[in-house]
Amino acid sequence: MKVIREKPAVIQRPHNFCAGCSHGVFYRLIQECVEELGYSKRQIIAMGVGCNCNLTLSKIDTVDKFQCAHGRAAASATGIKRMRPDLLVMTYQGDGDCGVIGLGETLNAAYRNEKITVFTVNNLNFGMTGGQMSWTTLEGQKTATSVRGRDCAATGYPIHLPEIIAGQFRPAYAARCAVYDPKTVAQAKKYIRRALEAQINGEGYAIVELLGICPTNWGMSPVQAIEHLQKKALQEYPLGEFAGGEQAELAFLRQEAEK
Amino acid sequence: MQMAKKIMMKGNVAAAEAAIRGGAEFFAGYPITPSTETLETLSFRMPEEGRVFIQAENEIASINMVLGAAACGARAFTTSSGPGMALKQEGFSYAARMELPYVVMNVQRWGVGLGMLDSGQVDYLRDTRAGGNGDYRHIVYAPDSVQELVDDLYEAFDVSQKYRMGVLILSEGYLGQMMEAVELPPFKEIRRPDWGLDGTGEVGLKQLCPTYNMALAHELLPVRQERINRVCREMQRWESVETEDADYVLVAFGLPARVCVDAVRRLREEGCKVGLIRPKLVFPFPYDAFHRVNPNVRGFISVETNDLGQMVQDVALAAKRELPQRNVPVYCYTHSAGVPRVQDVVRYYRSVLDGAVKEVY
Ligand SMILES: Cc1ncc(C[n+]2csc(CCOP(=O)(O)OP(=O)(O)O)c2C)c(N)n1
Ligand code: SF4
Ligand SMILES: [Mg+2]
Repeated sequence: MKVIREKPAVIQRPHNFCAGCSHGVFYRLIQECVEELGYSKRQIIAMGVGCNCNLTLSKIDTVDKFQCAHGRAAASATGIKRMRPDLLVMTYQGDGDCGVIGLGETLNAAYRNEKITVFTVNNLNFGMTGGQMSWTTLEGQKTATSVRGRDCAATGYPIHLPEIIAGQFRPAYAARCAVYDPKTVAQAKKYIRRALEAQINGEGYAIVELLGICPTNWGMSPVQAIEHLQKKALQEYPLGEFAGGEQAELAFLRQEAEK
Repeated sequence: MQMAKKIMMKGNVAAAEAAIRGGAEFFAGYPITPSTETLETLSFRMPEEGRVFIQAENEIASINMVLGAAACGARAFTTSSGPGMALKQEGFSYAARMELPYVVMNVQRWGVGLGMLDSGQVDYLRDTRAGGNGDYRHIVYAPDSVQELVDDLYEAFDVSQKYRMGVLILSEGYLGQMMEAVELPPFKEIRRPDWGLDGTGEVGLKQLCPTYNMALAHELLPVRQERINRVCREMQRWESVETEDADYVLVAFGLPARVCVDAVRRLREEGCKVGLIRPKLVFPFPYDAFHRVNPNVRGFISVETNDLGQMVQDVALAAKRELPQRNVPVYCYTHSAGVPRVQDVVRYYRSVLDGAVKEVY
């Protein structure tokens, strides 16, 4: 039988996320891209605090990872990248880490256009601490701290990090992807790769929000969770590129054509 | 050997130059009086030397940038004061977890909260203990002149890498702001340690004692303790002035210690047997200095520029440990903001003699 897809060589052990969790797929796609770009042995990941810590705890691979304080990954990644501009420097964070407690670090790194790639897994809640409300939590969504459903008038409305950054700053790349079917997996891989290329080409800051499911804290089976993501989450969080990527290419081509 | 020329330099500027010569490769910081001149100087001197300078968005980000750089094996540096130092505490604790070396200078300003721009020694207790969560310490230098500030910073990066601990330079507002003649040391060759993240995943941080390994928490306890014990054995430094026959021994660090040297001289001229211990580092606290004072000493007087008395606690512990047979009274002159005058110290000494003030311990 012909092998058409192999796992990235750096990944040596299984992960220990809950069944159905999107984390495993996202991380694998990232390492596939890193490998294809030839950076497997030239990468450092600044790790957020959240369920993603399981990647370190399960010793899934031997990739150089730096355990940051909760929310500070973009700052630590800045220190790493400025010291080692030759390496591929990424963050891997949750939505709470990147867009709630770490909103300051995230926006300031984007503002400075640090040449780092930020991956933030949006699972609509604080997974690790047992499913509390996050800034990404949908209106009406029940969590451990919004037991009657999120009241946005009192707690704020869902935050859209890639759109904010694309709209306010000048990042090299900003996008959102998901991984619920083969088509979206292919799209996610394309976005992840572009976000890494933006760094490698010295273009600047890139962020990809990875819209994922958290069956455990959503209180659903993995199949129900995927349905919920498609029916509800996608309406609030559209997939696509908001800065750089195809849009930028098209705009560039259009400009050239007009000349 | 040809002597280097002495030049007049402001404390904070000299500190920046000393850090560069000591091998600082990375700096991240945020402006705050009275520490800002170090950051300003480094903003152009670091790029001139091909090193990294970042003006960060705040002190939390600064220290976390420093940790990232330190994890790559770089000699990383940050400075601050008052409320800015408060923000860095989380980062110090994370650094301790990973045994990351770095150097931080606290140019203390007096007061709480926003504080005041006056000089003071208000952060002693926090900076000699653990300001963030968990059990850890900094190695804390407490210079009393611009030259000593330069010498301390020059040495700090080596010491921090040797013990894989954070080093804190406990400066104070007036020391950072005043000008004195200094001799600058030559540039050190930058050496990278044999550990550090290099992207290969093969070298790593090579920690002595990974504290996140809960299974080994008890087993590795002696390893964690021995490192601190070693620092306590090897890094005690102090200056003693006429303590062998002293009835009363003043204890002071930083600028108040310079005043105390003059107070000792004046009181000795009047026939009072007074001496001084000046810790040059305040962690580890120089217990050994107390072993060598007159065994019949009648009291220790801690002289500090804060309100509640802080170092006096360490003085009392030292007196208890080194003179266990005797319950030597320990007094504290708390001058509050600024720097005391010689006559302030002399007056306090007299009120100790005539019983007007009570011992603290
Ligand atoms: C300073 C600090 N506050 C709180 C916590 C507790 N904590 C750990 S993870 C987390 C939330 C993580 O949520 P998110 O970033 O969305 O990650 P997820 O687990 O959902 O993937 C919190 C509040 C902490 N570790 N540090
Ligand atoms: S709690 Fe949610 S995010 Fe965390 S591992 Fe389980 S499914 Fe994944
Ligand atoms: Mg989350």
